[in-house]
Amino acid sequence: MRASVANRTFARAWLALGYAFLYVPIVALVVYSFNDSPVPNVWRGFTLRWYAALPEDRELIAGLALSLKVAIATACASVVLGTLAAFALVRYRRFFGSTLFSGMVAAPLVMPEVIIGLSLLLMLVSLQRITEAAFGIGIPERGMLTIWFGHLLLGMAYATVVVRARLQTLNPQLEEAALDLGARPWQVFWLVTLPMIGQALLSAFLLTFTLSLDDVVLSAFLSGPGATTMPLVIFSRARLGLNPSVNAVATIIITFVAVGVVVASYLLARSERRRTLDAALAERPAG
Amino acid sequence: MKEHGRGGRFAVIAVPYAWLLVFFLLPFLVVAKISVSEMETTTIKDIVVWKDGALAITARIGNYLLLAQDDLYLRTYASSLAYAAVTTVLCLFIGYPFAYFMARARRALQPALLMLVMLPFWTSFLLRVYAWKALLTEHGLVADAIEHVGLDRALAAIGLIPGPGQLMNTPFSLILGMTYTYLPFMILPLYSNLAKMDLRLLEAAADLGANAWTAFWRITVPLSRAGIVAGAMLVFIPCVGEYVIPELLGGPQTQMIGRTLWDEFFSNNDWPMACAVAVTMVLLVIVPLAIFSRNQAEATRQAA
Repeated sequence: MRASVANRTFARAWLALGYAFLYVPIVALVVYSFNDSPVPNVWRGFTLRWYAALPEDRELIAGLALSLKVAIATACASVVLGTLAAFALVRYRRFFGSTLFSGMVAAPLVMPEVIIGLSLLLMLVSLQRITEAAFGIGIPERGMLTIWFGHLLLGMAYATVVVRARLQTLNPQLEEAALDLGARPWQVFWLVTLPMIGQALLSAFLLTFTLSLDDVVLSAFLSGPGATTMPLVIFSRARLGLNPSVNAVATIIITFVAVGVVVASYLLARSERRRTLDAALAERPAG
Repeated sequence: MKEHGRGGRFAVIAVPYAWLLVFFLLPFLVVAKISVSEMETTTIKDIVVWKDGALAITARIGNYLLLAQDDLYLRTYASSLAYAAVTTVLCLFIGYPFAYFMARARRALQPALLMLVMLPFWTSFLLRVYAWKALLTEHGLVADAIEHVGLDRALAAIGLIPGPGQLMNTPFSLILGMTYTYLPFMILPLYSNLAKMDLRLLEAAADLGANAWTAFWRITVPLSRAGIVAGAMLVFIPCVGEYVIPELLGGPQTQMIGRTLWDEFFSNNDWPMACAVAVTMVLLVIVPLAIFSRNQAEATRQAA
């Protein structure tokens, strides 16, 4: 179908406006972080003083340290649980309670976070009460561990989606061939399956890492005294109004993410091309 | 793989299954229980008590009666649903043509276009919502632009803002923020659906005499139904219970149920009430949730 010139112009304009809508706030955040004015939305000249003040910002630095720890732990565990869940869904499909399972895996993707946060917290509080009655100490105490539980619930759901999408495109014959050639099932997993889903695992890791680093609601419910993550610090400042320190932090985060995503997707695209080529060669009929 | 043996198969299923049962399903049961419990200053009374050789069950449904009778709660539920619905429609209106044009762009361009949609999704959601605060308050970039073209008078006329020039903390800023945040969730499933479409169907339609518009409505749209449903649910359900966006961009008139739950829990310390709100919220989204999960299961089956 050949689109007319008018149609093509309309399509381009729609895309351009859409991208502008997505990017204007991000660009504004960055630009205003260099604004020499205590009111970030009125331009008064260039400055770096908001950045210079950041290392002194104890609250924010402590929040960042905690957030990074939780994010790494969340990403690692999410990839493991997500991969298991994806295997269960794609390879075994029908098993006892599989409908409930697939429902529970997908639900955290859309379930309002206030519900997940509240219910997880109250379950943990009940658990605390039980352990307190039994052993005299209430575990788990609210803090890093409980925040991790919450983030893992969300991260696992996202990791499952990413890994499942990849597993579905795999050619099962490659694994069967390895089994026929005498490989043990765990060897097949490490030597055949894992290299093929490696990129998906990396994407899942990065995605769950950023999700955890960004979460406000679950952390608010599950954090305890002295365990304040960076988004909680930012949120409490943003609630009170505009704050230049938030813009400076935002710019640093955006820079990291943009560089990270561009580099990662470049590497992924390159290895994907190589893998497609390898697979095509492997599946080519002999002769 | 059946060859994995029963032990391997059992572990692969049981580990994530057990984890979800304990950390996802069990908490809901706890919430349901607490929502009918009574609160004694700081502790929750057990609803099942073994007393004098008899099992006494006290379930208090007072919280639910209050929720059903209080005008304020009812209005909050209605406005949450309305804001979520408006946001979903706006996302679909912006997102469908967007995803369509993406999917029909030159093949070589598509990865870049896709990445440009994903990139904001990777940057902090909290910070992007915060950014709108600066853009919409007085003298903000977007606020000035809107006033310059006189759009604020139109918005005031339809009641989305209280008066010309007052854009922040209004239904308008709330809807804008939610549409902005959830737009990628609409675009991505639609794009992946539309990109897979067999374009020969459109050629066949053209050969049979359909014009481009007819072909679009009668072939492209019905074929992308799964993408529309997935996108709409990914926007609608979280929007109903959204907390951060109404808190940062909403105002006193834009009460939403996520905020109600939050206030009951953190400000009023009324745990049973917060739980009752949570249970009713689940009931509110359970139908869309079922549609979503059936849609996902269907898509999985088709892909397999």
